[in-house]
Amino acid sequence: MQKVFERPKGLTDAEFSYCAGCLHSTTHRLIAEVMDELDIIHQTVGVCPVGCAVFMYEYMSCDIIEASHGRAPSVATGVKRMLPDRVVWSYQGDGDLASIGTAEIVHAAGRGENISVIFINNTTYGMTGGQMAPTTLIGQKTTTCPTGRDPHVNGYPIRVCEMLATLDGPSYIERVAPTSPAGLVKTKKAIKHAFQNQIDGKGFSLVEVLSNCPTNWRMTPIESFKWIDEKMSEVFPVGVFVDR
Amino acid sequence: MATKKLTKGNAALCYGAIAAGCKAFFGYPITPQNEVPEYMSELMPANGGVFIQAESEVSAINMVYGAACAGKRAMTSSSSPGVSLKQEGISYIAACELPCVIVNVQRGGPGLGNTLPGQADYFQATKGGGHGDYKLLVLAPWSVQECYEFMPLAFDLADKYRNPAMILMDAIIGQMLEPLDMHDNFDIVEYPKPWATNGARGRAHNIINSLWIDPEVLEGLNQRIQAKYAAAQMHEVRFKEYQTEDAELVMVAYGCPARICRSVVDMARDEGMKVGLLRPITLFPFPTLQIADLAKDGKRFLVVEMNCGQMVEDVRLAVNGASEVEFYGRSGGAVPTPTEILNEVRARFGKPPVVSHYSSRKETAN
Ligand SMILES: Cc1ncc(C[n+]2csc(CCOP(=O)(O)OP(=O)(O)O)c2C)c(N)n1
Ligand code: SF4
Repeated sequence: MQKVFERPKGLTDAEFSYCAGCLHSTTHRLIAEVMDELDIIHQTVGVCPVGCAVFMYEYMSCDIIEASHGRAPSVATGVKRMLPDRVVWSYQGDGDLASIGTAEIVHAAGRGENISVIFINNTTYGMTGGQMAPTTLIGQKTTTCPTGRDPHVNGYPIRVCEMLATLDGPSYIERVAPTSPAGLVKTKKAIKHAFQNQIDGKGFSLVEVLSNCPTNWRMTPIESFKWIDEKMSEVFPVGVFVDR
Repeated sequence: MATKKLTKGNAALCYGAIAAGCKAFFGYPITPQNEVPEYMSELMPANGGVFIQAESEVSAINMVYGAACAGKRAMTSSSSPGVSLKQEGISYIAACELPCVIVNVQRGGPGLGNTLPGQADYFQATKGGGHGDYKLLVLAPWSVQECYEFMPLAFDLADKYRNPAMILMDAIIGQMLEPLDMHDNFDIVEYPKPWATNGARGRAHNIINSLWIDPEVLEGLNQRIQAKYAAAQMHEVRFKEYQTEDAELVMVAYGCPARICRSVVDMARDEGMKVGLLRPITLFPFPTLQIADLAKDGKRFLVVEMNCGQMVEDVRLAVNGASEVEFYGRSGGAVPTPTEILNEVRARFGKPPVVSHYSSRKETAN
């Protein structure tokens, strides 16, 4: 009998610790599938974030490093510059990449660092219990803006793709939403493109994944997908921002 | 082949790093160590390595972290405020048991302070500096030659103990010119690094991590790294003694003040006062036993530092009440003059002060 579906080799046997319906799980699987398809597991070094994906080093079967909060792009830079023929990816949440690590991501992008960054935007700090993130939408309630984000108090959401797209360094920037079968296919294609770009020596690639946090959003997974499609993608439109 | 060349301390560090087989330098400008990134921007690529001027010290130390994960010899250099910013990364590097070298050419502090020589980062360097129970292996050169010699030594100790090593010096050691004997007879050991995350290529995947949820596992890490520090305390203590044998008063100083104190030993001896000098070369591991031995002979101590009293605490711990330990320090970038220190010595031998032909204020005025 022909096997049509199996666990990607890019994943270990460890069980994910994510909440039910969380798109961190989905995105992990897509990265693993892409590593399988490109046959690069044995030449890849991953850099994990602080946040809900902090245990990612247990899930992926490539060599892997745990970075401190926000610094993954710099750690990835150190690895890539020492080992230019290896594939180096980093994975970061919005608290990690768009708040504490803003300088690191802007400058890795500015240098055109030949790495692939997967950016999970779920508009909140999942791991620490649902606090406000730089990407939290206006009016969105979090534990640190309990009456909803007020721009006069908390500022405005930061659009990372649009901001990085103003730089000359990046070779590829796309925002995707894996909330539908079509979105899933697009997300995987984007991740693969980001990896292929690196293999081709084209420089910095970033894929922003519009993600969810059903637990802290206090929604069912289905509701959370709807919220991404209706509310989030209005502020963070999906699409290709740079591809050169 | 050996060549003699008039060299700055900061430049000597760079030549030493090349001799050590350093493959990466990541840094950010700050006075008084700017020559290090400047030289490295040329020397690294010319010797098959990588130089990046990072966007901040925070980023630079994390690049070092990445390069060390890749199994390569990597370093960074900074001065006091910049080293404070590196502390987060240094703690992670120590926790992941990665080797690397960090240079701190200290300036006057706290805060922005000034760019004059200081030694006020002693506590930060020798007691951990960042969060958690860890230590750095700390070497303190007192000459341009030692800046050169200590780089390969620091890289070797870092690899051997899988722990960050620090070169702790002050602005004078970094900025002064001396003849440097550039030899290449270093014993560079190639340490196998089977733990490196450099692409699995047939082996099981490597993980470099410092998150350990289980308290017993994390305690295990702490016990393992503490055992390394105990081993370093047994095998890696380095120091130099000058005229301590018959001394009644032993000065303890490192770096620039140690040079001044050596002159003071000679001046005091000319006047018939039995004075000696013990110069710790490794600030961690500290020459505790050697100082304890001197104290057992009843020798008294005068610790001289360019701070308000930091290393003096380690000397007091070593002496453990067996004899008297006193302190003389200048801070804020002021450098003690030989006469100033001689007067401290004279006071302890019951002699009146001599008048200085130049004051320290004049010396630092420009
Ligand atoms: C220096 C530092 N500051 C704060 C924290 C605490 N912390 C852990 S995870 C996290 C937020 C992560 O949020 P995000 O990056 O959006 O990832 P998510 O959990 O939502 O996937 C914070 C603030 C930390 N680990 N280190
Ligand atoms: S807290 Fe939110 S982001 Fe974290 S695993 Fe749960 S649903 Fe996902």
